[in-house]
Amino acid sequence: MRANTWAGRNKVEVRDVPDPKILNKRDAIVRITSTAICGSDLHLLDGYVPTMQDGDVMGHEFMGEVIEVGPGVAADTLRVGDRVVVPFPIACGACAACAAELYSCCENSNPNAGIAEKMFGHPVAGIYGYSHLTGGFAGGQAQYARVPFADVNPLKIESDLADEQVLFLSDILPTGYMGAEMCDIQPSDVVAVWGAGPVGQFAMDSARVLGAAKVIAVDKEPYRLRMAEQAGHIPVNFDEVDVRSRLLELTGGRGPDKCIDAVGMEATHGSAHIAAYDRIKQAVRAETERPHALRQAIMSCRSGGVVSVIGVYGGLLDKFPAGAWMNRSLTLRTGQCHVQRYMGPLLQRIERGEIDPTRIITHWLPLAAAPHGYDIFKNKEDNCEKIVLKP
Amino acid sequence: MELTAATTVRKPATEVYAFWRDLENLATFMTHLEQVRVTGERTSHWVAGAPFGEDVEWDAEIVDEVPGGRIAWRSIGNADVPNAGTVRFVPAPDGVSTEVHVVLVYDIPGGAVGKAVAKYFGEEPHQQLDDDLRRFKQVLETGEVVRSDGAPWGKRARKEFPQRPAQPLSDAELAKGAEP
Repeated sequence: MRANTWAGRNKVEVRDVPDPKILNKRDAIVRITSTAICGSDLHLLDGYVPTMQDGDVMGHEFMGEVIEVGPGVAADTLRVGDRVVVPFPIACGACAACAAELYSCCENSNPNAGIAEKMFGHPVAGIYGYSHLTGGFAGGQAQYARVPFADVNPLKIESDLADEQVLFLSDILPTGYMGAEMCDIQPSDVVAVWGAGPVGQFAMDSARVLGAAKVIAVDKEPYRLRMAEQAGHIPVNFDEVDVRSRLLELTGGRGPDKCIDAVGMEATHGSAHIAAYDRIKQAVRAETERPHALRQAIMSCRSGGVVSVIGVYGGLLDKFPAGAWMNRSLTLRTGQCHVQRYMGPLLQRIERGEIDPTRIITHWLPLAAAPHGYDIFKNKEDNCEKIVLKP
Repeated sequence: MELTAATTVRKPATEVYAFWRDLENLATFMTHLEQVRVTGERTSHWVAGAPFGEDVEWDAEIVDEVPGGRIAWRSIGNADVPNAGTVRFVPAPDGVSTEVHVVLVYDIPGGAVGKAVAKYFGEEPHQQLDDDLRRFKQVLETGEVVRSDGAPWGKRARKEFPQRPAQPLSDAELAKGAEP
């Protein structure tokens, strides 16, 4: 089959690789009908997530049709012919983490748990196409994928919703939603979201669905801010205004009640010398993160507020504003999304028309054009917000 | 050399104990074991794989046992690598799970076998036992050892890093990997 593979830092390549096969009894093989490039794929592309290898199949947002199931998949759970969306964290459904619905912390799905444990203290779940730290599972930017624990993970789509309406249930819609849910939103809340990329847009939409009084988008790309504004959110361009002053103005001097970091480890900063400090430390691997968005979110949030982090971090960061966090009674909440927890309820919201996931799609490309897709997505060219690939 | 490790399995102690007590199961998740064969009520024959040196085999006997609570064993006769082990099964505070506490003691000899054993355990001897217990938990909670494209060979994946790429295996690789 054809698959988009990592080919060294800042290079992906569509190559011929073997077709996937059943390796465990509870596996299924899915013929992929739609797949997408995620912002977190860019962290892998850049080489900031360790343990990538030449030839790794990329991609963790995919859906398709089940063409084979292993002998351990009961027919009442999944059958050949089922149309499914596959959640990006691989969960076993049986461990204590899964029982607590903390699927991205599954204790069994990562065969490289020993490596992850060294990085993170305790291991994390397996993830498709997301380095060997998360298991070394081939990803979904391909014609076919192997889906482990297929009896408990995929979401069956039984309605006639188009691929693009349900594809993002695999990651970015639940991720954005969890970012808003962790904010424990009250009707009087002003919610500010750093990052108007795909996850940020869905965090904004989710904050509104969960009842926020006002939702603010912080970014520097005019086209992304326009997209947020068209969806009814208030744009703040950090290249043009001082973010803290503008947020105070928009909140009567209080600061946002809830702040969401939908940026993560490769933030850019309006102030050149601060950006350079972290950029250089990251380049020489003295720090793995450029945490400007997180710092600004913590400094901006009103006292007693919640800072919710869904942007991806991989290692260590410098200059964490612990004083603001501690002295102003802030709550920091975070996590890789426990996608399986949200897929069903969010599918219902899509069916009811409360959320339109298609509004962020700017590009449809054939799988063969994946390298070009990574290029324009990374460099924010051609107003690129979200790319759907067709294998 | 003494190694200790612990894991928590979301199954009742009786079930976790029973799986371990069927000593032949140990070879399904302990990397260095090729085979354990039960030879009597309390005796068994153990075969370690190549990393321990060629043809390292020994007999063992269970010296202490509390059903659902504890198993202790030690090698008997002229074992190349005299060893002993204890595993305790303790109900976890959640009321559902079982804590599994393992202690293994190896009397590492001189000569080629001793060198092979030392090399096998390397600089982080605990890592092997930690990984063994992770697979033990996988088998009990999910039914088998979990495989990925990067680490497809289950318990033989140890020290397999850098791994093979995270892309599907060819038929030839699958056939090769299926060999013990």
